[in-house]
Amino acid sequence: MKGLAALRPAPVKGWTVNQTQSSAGPPALRLSGITKRFPGVVANDAVDLTVHAGEVLALLGENGAGKSTLISILYGLYQPDEGAVELAGQPVRIGSPAQARRLGIGLVPQHPLLVSRHTVAENLALGRVGGLFPARRVAGQVRELSARYGLEVNPEARVSDLSPGEKQRVEIVRALLGGARVLILDEPTSVLTPQEAEGLFRVMRELKADGRSLIFISHKLDEVLAVADRVTVLRRGKVVGGVPTRGATRESLAELMVGRSVDFTRKRAGGPGAEAGALLSVRDLSAQGARGLPALRGVSFELRRGEVLGVAGIAGNGQSELVEVLAGLHAATGSVTLDSQALTGDAAARFRSGVAHIPEDRIHSGTVPSMTVAENLALRDFERPPLARGLARDLTATDERARREVEAYGVATPGIHTPTRLLSGGNIQKLILARELAGQPKLILAVHPTYGLDIGATDQVHRVLLDRTGDGAGVLLVSEDLDELLSLSDRVAVMVGGSLLGPFPVAEVTRESLGLLMGGAHPHSIPGADQGPTQNGVMA
Amino acid sequence: MDSIVIEALVRALAVGTPLLLACLGAILNERAGVVNLGVEGMMAVGALAAFAVASKSPDASLWAAVGAAMLAGAALSLLHAFATVTLRANQFVSGLALALIGTGAAGLLGKKFEGLPLFNKVPDWTLGGFTISPFTVAALILAGLLAFWLTATRGGLTLRSVGENPAAADVLGVNVGLTRVLAVLGGGALAGLAGAFLSLSYRSSWADNMTNGLGWIAVALVIFVGWRPLRAIAGALFFGFLYYLQFRLQGNSNVPTEVFSAMPFILVLVVLALAGVRGQAGDAPAALGRAYVRGER
Repeated sequence: MKGLAALRPAPVKGWTVNQTQSSAGPPALRLSGITKRFPGVVANDAVDLTVHAGEVLALLGENGAGKSTLISILYGLYQPDEGAVELAGQPVRIGSPAQARRLGIGLVPQHPLLVSRHTVAENLALGRVGGLFPARRVAGQVRELSARYGLEVNPEARVSDLSPGEKQRVEIVRALLGGARVLILDEPTSVLTPQEAEGLFRVMRELKADGRSLIFISHKLDEVLAVADRVTVLRRGKVVGGVPTRGATRESLAELMVGRSVDFTRKRAGGPGAEAGALLSVRDLSAQGARGLPALRGVSFELRRGEVLGVAGIAGNGQSELVEVLAGLHAATGSVTLDSQALTGDAAARFRSGVAHIPEDRIHSGTVPSMTVAENLALRDFERPPLARGLARDLTATDERARREVEAYGVATPGIHTPTRLLSGGNIQKLILARELAGQPKLILAVHPTYGLDIGATDQVHRVLLDRTGDGAGVLLVSEDLDELLSLSDRVAVMVGGSLLGPFPVAEVTRESLGLLMGGAHPHSIPGADQGPTQNGVMA
Repeated sequence: MDSIVIEALVRALAVGTPLLLACLGAILNERAGVVNLGVEGMMAVGALAAFAVASKSPDASLWAAVGAAMLAGAALSLLHAFATVTLRANQFVSGLALALIGTGAAGLLGKKFEGLPLFNKVPDWTLGGFTISPFTVAALILAGLLAFWLTATRGGLTLRSVGENPAAADVLGVNVGLTRVLAVLGGGALAGLAGAFLSLSYRSSWADNMTNGLGWIAVALVIFVGWRPLRAIAGALFFGFLYYLQFRLQGNSNVPTEVFSAMPFILVLVVLALAGVRGQAGDAPAALGRAYVRGER
């Protein structure tokens, strides 16, 4: 087994930085005419793109615009069908991720790929440092890099104890250790609080000042404007525009990205006031998480009739457990009443009492991927009339209803007997909405309902949810997208460490104040948020 | 009184030796993410291979016999590696098949060796008035070496990473399949070595079913010791002591012997249940038992 390590020569590349290239030289990276076809789609269609040394290029585009394919080509995961890649003027062929790294291309993936039980240093030493005590030998280099770029990373920390932002920094350090001159950041801010994102931008500016080239993938326009020098916009596989960020606006970029003008105003007019009365009343809810640690610590709040209550928080602070408890999927102590009736029983019983659940993992919790559209639509009530007669299912009625729902919600599917695993995320989400909202629910629990959806599908999901509040339904909206929360919610609460702060009226909070609360700051130290808890009288 | 304690310890160490060797082997492949339930079978072919070489002539090399045992164990485990890593077959089913093939083949091929004398067994060493097998010393040293190798070397880090998150290792250029195959072969060789101890030192003879369930206990022991080589020493001693107790009690009691023979297995169940209650199963390598398919989440 000892020979195992010796089989592969370590691609040790000095990570010390060369002189910054003059902007007059060839670009650090140039893609010309990159075309990649998949059966039925042209994912990239003659894409041209250049990045210079010491520059941040934002790659902007909706889902399905071809950003992921382009990154995969750059990182050696796919081979382009046509086109050429040049690094510092030299034509190159990138056959594998290992080769990409040797050429100085680093990728910071959207979801960090780390061994959670190992330490940071062990993760960084993997596949790189040879001989005895590899982790100890890499730790010194990590500290040096951390200090130089303001990347706070503790090499001895165990990855399972790190926050998403810390894990991301580990991935950045990994790319830098590999000598990356071109660094690709794939939607790096999707897991960060606004403050953490600001920290990331500082690091990006340091790296840029050091002469490295950064490709920043995002669909958050504010961030693109804040950190990038230039923007290349992809739509349906083609480059539809390349503009410097200086002089660009949110509106102009959005129009390039979507192909039509986009309205950024708040989607929600005024919500119900306190006089609407409590629909859902939660008192002193406590629950244990997966590893026996407390996941909810005495959560109390009220959700009014016709209200959208947003719940912000960094993943893992109890939001998932709160929703699961309310949906009847997770045991807890405390009391929950819906419409003055105690809400008890399993998930099926709660659905019948008017609780709809749009789960976090839409593919595996929301649907049975191998079952058909019609079957997935019938999951909640296939055993009751009108979908059943006695012990037998009524397949005709099931199909008829499926056709109606597919039509009403605009689910794009080849047919109602297509397995849902073949559907796109947006269409799966529409199907779940159709099923969950069919019974006129009083309470809608929606977790990341638009995560990964494009602007069109997001818009539809938002409209459907807001429509229901008009009929007096309450929506508990858990999201990591603060813009979504601020645009839809009447009040916003923050979950941190299993406790719920707020809810605060949406007019009294900002992205910044929410971000600070999510990071664990005391509510009274936040301007604009300090009156919230007392005014609402909800916080214990 | 003292001598009884030491006597018990020495005997426990002797029975514990094949458990420790086989357990270290299983730790090796399980830390790489591959469960191999075929330990009993690999031990059986190891015992037979060692005996066949050693009983050929009075001047047969014992080193060659030990080498043959390790090769035989590794060769049998290659089947498992091919089935589970290359073909991505279910690891548990393949391991069960391996156990049956190994014990069956050893019983069939070993018929002509039954009752044959062994010209020269591996001589025991005498340490302070007590005899100890070189296999025991080797097993203890191997436990230390494996613990060190796993934590402090590049190869060990690679192997552990493959067992925890093969996708992460793959992206960094680690050959996940090769790492797993080598780990399975190493596990097979150590199980074969455990078999050699039985036929060259502990019994100094060959008999059908001479492994007598030790391989199964070794598989359970891995969970009991939380996949840690140094803890395996204590675990093997503990189970070795239970075996010793069984021999002692069997002579002077009127409880049917079957009860005593079943005791280790009942204890395996108890110990596994305890490990489950204490949440020790959470120590298992994260990717244990799962075939790695690139691009699958």
